[in-house]
Amino acid sequence: MTVSPDILTVEHLSMRFGGIVAVNDLSFAAKRREITALIGPNGAGKTTVFNCITGFYRPSGGSMRLVHDDGATFQLERLHDYRISKVAKVARTFQNIRLFPGMTALENLMVAQHATLMRASGFSLLGLLGVPSFREAEARAIDVARQWLDRIGLVDRADDAAGNLPYGDQRRLEIARAMCSGPALLCLDEPAAGLNATESGALSDLLLAIRNDFGTSILLIEHDMSVVMEISDHIVVLDHGVKISDGEPRAVRDDPKVVAAYLGADEDTAIEVMESGT
Amino acid sequence: MALPVADRSTAKPTSTFGFIFKKAALSALVALALFSLMIGIRTEAGPSGQLIYWTRFGDLAAIVAAVFVGSILIELLRQWLGPAGTRTIVPPRITEGLSVASRFLAPALLVFALLVPVTFYNQRYLLDLGILVLTYVMLGWGLNVVVGLAGLLDLGYVAFYAVGAYSYALLAQYGLPLPLLSTAYPFITVEHLQLGPWAFWVLLPVSGLLAALWGVLLGFPVLRLRGDYLAIVTLAFGEIIRLVILNWQDLTGGPNGISGIPRPTLFGIPLNPGPHGLAGMLGIPFSPTHRLVFLFYLILALALLTNWVAIRLRRLPIGRAWEAMREDEVACRALGINITTTKLSAFATGAMFGGFAGAFFATRQGFISPESFTFQESALVLAIVVLGGMGSQLGVALAALTMIGGFELFRGLEQYRMLVFGGVMVLLMIWRPRGLVGHRAPSVFLHRERTSISSDMVKEGRG
Repeated sequence: MTVSPDILTVEHLSMRFGGIVAVNDLSFAAKRREITALIGPNGAGKTTVFNCITGFYRPSGGSMRLVHDDGATFQLERLHDYRISKVAKVARTFQNIRLFPGMTALENLMVAQHATLMRASGFSLLGLLGVPSFREAEARAIDVARQWLDRIGLVDRADDAAGNLPYGDQRRLEIARAMCSGPALLCLDEPAAGLNATESGALSDLLLAIRNDFGTSILLIEHDMSVVMEISDHIVVLDHGVKISDGEPRAVRDDPKVVAAYLGADEDTAIEVMESGT
Repeated sequence: MALPVADRSTAKPTSTFGFIFKKAALSALVALALFSLMIGIRTEAGPSGQLIYWTRFGDLAAIVAAVFVGSILIELLRQWLGPAGTRTIVPPRITEGLSVASRFLAPALLVFALLVPVTFYNQRYLLDLGILVLTYVMLGWGLNVVVGLAGLLDLGYVAFYAVGAYSYALLAQYGLPLPLLSTAYPFITVEHLQLGPWAFWVLLPVSGLLAALWGVLLGFPVLRLRGDYLAIVTLAFGEIIRLVILNWQDLTGGPNGISGIPRPTLFGIPLNPGPHGLAGMLGIPFSPTHRLVFLFYLILALALLTNWVAIRLRRLPIGRAWEAMREDEVACRALGINITTTKLSAFATGAMFGGFAGAFFATRQGFISPESFTFQESALVLAIVVLGGMGSQLGVALAALTMIGGFELFRGLEQYRMLVFGGVMVLLMIWRPRGLVGHRAPSVFLHRERTSISSDMVKEGRG
């Protein structure tokens, strides 16, 4: 049996807040072991889509199907908030960084391995007694954390408070933390926001390495077009909660509707372009 | 760190004489308004019941002048210590020295505590005080799990203390109920198992478990509440438990309380003057101090157990999840941490230690009544935790020693005791706004060094 090539299939997703329709009948698919970018102008509904996928919002309608490599299938709209991360293995980062600022970089990565460690500690009872199997599990968890710290170049600052790290390091630490939870799908909300050219270059390398070395599928919201064009395998463009384009980076870039939405052409021109395209 | 620089530049013009004068004049005006009636006019009932009054404008003027001069002095002192806007009042060298000293402080305190009954064997008052301090240390360490680690502001902690105390008192008096066993097995003729001299040792864990159960019960309704709302609901919970105890007269004796609670035994050997008592068996003359010394070591052991478990838990995934929850609940959910069970486990753990302490309290007093479980107790324990530095074990121990010991120390001042006490609290909070020990030690290290995280980074938690 072959597993579906799409890790995530979103079908007819809608999200309404009272009378406001943030996402309207959106359907797209993210391919396995690929980087799918979700782009669009401000207020297009990208983060709302993310919040639906990661269980922070319950969508008003539609379905989201996640298929693991082993064929295990999850309907994300039916899973309860933390279980999307724990069971369906969807990890996310946030637009405004949400590290645990008072805990060290290492501790942040250890918290991400909570589910594994909790089982190993016999839900704290065995851990309280200090049984050897828990110590081994903890040593393994520290090792995983060390490898990630090494990858993002923060081994030397492992014992520093996360809140004391420079902004770019915090961004990468948040991605490393999400990866420490062993995700099948990694959702990144504007990871390059606020980074300079060198830092966003390093970020691109990190994301490509995550895809190539770990086979993790990535769903990405990003405004920095240089990053998006460089690393994405597939781009979905949203505007006002509706999908306006979907395809390979080159095709999307030349799509007149995307150009209209992004160039901020005045409304009449935009409508003209949109209508001529369909 | 651009902030302090900006602050200093804006704060510069405030250091002029005019500013100080204006500030002092304002303080004096407030003092005048406040004290004009309190001190300026004195009223008293005359010999035939009529109201007589006279004015004391001299005293009033003296107080207003004192406020005026004092305000100028404080402002000058503040500017001499450092420019306005910089936050470090204590020089870093002293802070470093303190952190070095604190490394030896904990073992020194432990040795001191172990030697207290030996050193002060003949001073019953001091032994009693030591037991009291240790009870509050234990309560503080228990509450620290909830407030310090998990960041859940609990104003009703005394409820669990009460549950523990009443569980022990009632079960020790009536015996453990065996309703199911006595119907299933007819040869068990007693409906209540009397525990005799073992009562305390069997019922100690039972009290803890019952308190933990109530901790979970309280936890459910407050899962979605944060900050002020959580504080108010927990406060109400504490009052509900007290009022139920007060009004359920058939069971708890209401305001009369429960007396004749069995005293603890040294693993079955009673500490009484009879021939089967400890003194009789050892062949030494009986002294009531024996029991006091035993109680001291008992509460010391219980407190150290609390400490050990709390320290261990902090380094386990559950403890890290508590601290992560304090820092950012949304991020926890995104990492697959179940907030419900994490919160409930924090409540249950804290409550369990409260229950242990309650059982000890009941066996030590021999008599309990609802009066011992008022909101004042909750507030005192919370003050100990906050003063100690939230999340710090050593800080809580020091704070309990300062608060309970200080309370006794100032007993000679009679009605001014609370005034002095309040003043000391205010000063401490100015000097160390994050508590006595304001650093957080990481729970796991990659490089084996001693580092600590400045409290400026650590969140207090809003839930």
